[in-house]
Amino acid sequence: MALHDSKTIAPGDVNEHSHTDDHGDIKSYIIGFVLSIVLTAIPFTLVIGGEYSKVTTIYSVVTLGLVQIWVHLKYFLHLNFVTEEGRANTFSFLFSALIILMVVGLSVWIIYESNAMMMY
Amino acid sequence: MSTLAASMQSDDAHEHHEHHENNTVFGFWLYLMTDCLLFASFFATYAVLFMNTAGGVSGKDIFELNFVALETAALLVSSITFGLAMLGAQKQNRKAALSWLAVTWVLGASFIGMEVHEFHHLIIHGHGPQTSAFLTAFFSLVGLHGLHVTAGLVWMTIMFIEVSRRGLPDQTVTRLSCLSLFWHFLDIVWICVFTVVYLMGAM
Repeated sequence: MALHDSKTIAPGDVNEHSHTDDHGDIKSYIIGFVLSIVLTAIPFTLVIGGEYSKVTTIYSVVTLGLVQIWVHLKYFLHLNFVTEEGRANTFSFLFSALIILMVVGLSVWIIYESNAMMMY
Repeated sequence: MSTLAASMQSDDAHEHHEHHENNTVFGFWLYLMTDCLLFASFFATYAVLFMNTAGGVSGKDIFELNFVALETAALLVSSITFGLAMLGAQKQNRKAALSWLAVTWVLGASFIGMEVHEFHHLIIHGHGPQTSAFLTAFFSLVGLHGLHVTAGLVWMTIMFIEVSRRGLPDQTVTRLSCLSLFWHFLDIVWICVFTVVYLMGAM
């Protein structure tokens, strides 16, 4: 009994609480699943249908892709700024995102520019 | 007094254990972030090379979006079934965990089956990876993701055996948590693949 009582008031409890929060519940999985189905169906329909101009389609597809990545990070991978574990995961993710932006963005920029210059 | 001391000690142990678990999962997350960089460099390569078709086929000629939509559906559904397996594992429900793991495995395997079919189809029609820089980059990027999913399937098989033999002690649940991160992470990479490679390539 004493052991149980000390557990409920100990700091360990906070830890345990965040532990269950971090892994989410059935609700968060279902919300994430429904959102990702919708966010996948729309871009596929846009491209297969081909009703809009190419530029509009590209912007919509990329935007929906980014939103879907956010949905997966939030509802499946449970990234957040609230719990200690969530914060550590989120910040390491944001750091990698920055590196990726630099690696991909700058490579593409450099190569396309040099490609354009070779044309002249 | 002695009860209090004992309880404090057990609390310490509990906290220590929690920390250890969190560290394991966090360490695995950091590995995934480095894996992200690997994928990023493959994406950069693809973005740079995709126009160099050497007079051969481009994405528009070879991508079948309906087929890709099916692959995507298999992977998306496998994400929620893995989530359900995790919830079962946390509730110490061995039967739920095992059956959802099995469903996830079948969905992952059908994804790989479809991908192998697509690759085989391309290669026998003369659009193998040696044909052009575009196809090299395509096969490398999509194949890298496929290899990861295959590794995930092998890992899932091992976890299935472990759970059915040992049940769900904390250590096993931690391992399942790592696999769950891996699986959801591969889903995110697939979102990038179908957006950048298939959808933008088929326009």
